[in-house]
Amino acid sequence: MLNADIQLRLGTLDLDAAIDAAPGEIVALLGPNGAGKTTFIRAVAGLLRADRARVVLDGAVLEDTAAGVRLPTERRPIGVVFQQHLLFPHLSVLENVAFGLRARHRPDAHAAALAWLERIGLATYANARPAALSGGEAQRVALARALAIDPRLLLLDEPLSALDATARVALRRELRRHLASFNGARLLVTHDPLEAAALADRLVILEGGRVVQSGPVDEVTRHPRSRFVADLVGVNLVRGRAEGGVIVLQGGQHLTALDAGEGDVFAVIHPRSVAIHRTHPEGTPRNVWPGTIRSVDLLGDRARVAIEGTLAIVAEVTASAVRDLDLRERAEVWVSVKAAEVGVYPA
Amino acid sequence: MTSEPIPRPFVIFAAFAAALFLLPLLGLLVRFPWGEAAGALTSPEILTAAGLSLVTSLGATALSLLLGVPLAVVYARARFRGLRVIRALTTLPMVLPPVVGGVALLVAFGRRGVVGQFLDSAFGIRIPFTTAAAILAATFVAMPFLVLTVEAGLRSMDRRYEEAARSLGADRWTVFRRVTLPLIAPSVYAGAVLCWARALGEFGATITFAGNVPGSTQTLPLAVYLALETRPEAAIALSLVLLLLSLVVLVALRDRYLPTS
Repeated sequence: MLNADIQLRLGTLDLDAAIDAAPGEIVALLGPNGAGKTTFIRAVAGLLRADRARVVLDGAVLEDTAAGVRLPTERRPIGVVFQQHLLFPHLSVLENVAFGLRARHRPDAHAAALAWLERIGLATYANARPAALSGGEAQRVALARALAIDPRLLLLDEPLSALDATARVALRRELRRHLASFNGARLLVTHDPLEAAALADRLVILEGGRVVQSGPVDEVTRHPRSRFVADLVGVNLVRGRAEGGVIVLQGGQHLTALDAGEGDVFAVIHPRSVAIHRTHPEGTPRNVWPGTIRSVDLLGDRARVAIEGTLAIVAEVTASAVRDLDLRERAEVWVSVKAAEVGVYPA
Repeated sequence: MTSEPIPRPFVIFAAFAAALFLLPLLGLLVRFPWGEAAGALTSPEILTAAGLSLVTSLGATALSLLLGVPLAVVYARARFRGLRVIRALTTLPMVLPPVVGGVALLVAFGRRGVVGQFLDSAFGIRIPFTTAAAILAATFVAMPFLVLTVEAGLRSMDRRYEEAARSLGADRWTVFRRVTLPLIAPSVYAGAVLCWARALGEFGATITFAGNVPGSTQTLPLAVYLALETRPEAAIALSLVLLLLSLVVLVALRDRYLPTS
């Protein structure tokens, strides 16, 4: 069980996040670049000194700035798989895997390392240099090297980012299999939502140094609580106060919704629920406002249309609608959303 | 291969510049005493000087490695007040007239020197005019070459490998021994070769601090200088030998100092 609470300022980053991971759980720390994901796990590993930190692993306090406790990196039972893998280029593959065991003066270091190489199917490369390995093989060696020291926690920093796109899909599956063989907690940093969804039991979304959402993958994607997740899932997300069936948005605009409830809420609008008109629409839609088209992206027989206006929104329409309505950049249009299509949940 | 047009005056001046270097080298070849060279080079005093030069230059290189690599680590990694000043002062011998270095060494480690006096009275150690003095003089002028090269290597290395090693449980000494040092090995090698070449050619500080005692402080450059008066053919032969040695050094470090086309 990991409990990590880290607070630190580094350049423009203001990180203040607490993340837990249960034994056997794979937690993905997901967020845009610069959100502080890598900084967080570097602080957990002790590679970076936090302004305030409390890191407890399986009941052992690794760091507690309030109590003046701070174990150096080399004494924390934490395995790290680095971005770019960082296999020592001057050592053989076997020596790379044996490195941690030799640092602990284990007499059976080489035998144990060889057993690891056999387990990952790379025993034939024992005497080769890391430069001879493919990206996927290097990643397996990096994982074996980190696990060989029998850590209580495994940290993975963008483990697949060093690989090219075609290899990534197959290696994601393989990484999941290898990760499953480890019974401690696993904390994975990634900016790739697919990678996070494929590998993790739980997502922790980090934005601007803060945890904005945490939960199982399907729950996070069903109820986005940040612009990052909303963009990821491809929905429009706004935040406001619900009062008597109307949501007053932060920009002052009003949005009518069924079951709006009361108080601070998030509202999601699926792009397919957004209708575009050249003239003010007749009929029942409760939410109508004028706007200007910022961009039109054709995706097969559908198109995503970004519209600026009193409320910026993305609509998804058919390609024929783009032709019929002559939707193009800077065109003046009307936007409508039915009240029943606005999903609302408490913020 | 065609070159781009270069202003004519530049070509003329450049030719003079090249001639300034090439003519003396040519002179050595022209005046090389082919007939007597073997005899001159194997005469007892030359062999003694050569042996001594080997001992002092290798001794200075070993001492520079032992002390200079830690100094480079401090310069590349430590942060404290006065570090820049100390670093500048220890780099000074690279531009200092070697004679001044010799005088300074004499004032410090001479029999009446600030430290030398104490060494003499407390331990009976007298450094000046011994082989140790020749090694010390060579180290004084040559070590900065090693320190600067190793420091540059440390600054340009990828420190994430050290982090990876620490995450695997290696203490700082193990990290340095098994990761840092192997990764900067090319810089250490280049620095050691440069340092050795500079130590081998050392003249001014050596003759001032260590003197010119055949067998204990008379190194090859000193022997060449003295031979010029009595046996010029030996001086010329030796000069060419030293020149070839320098050429070997340059070729050994070609990746660092010669542009690749």
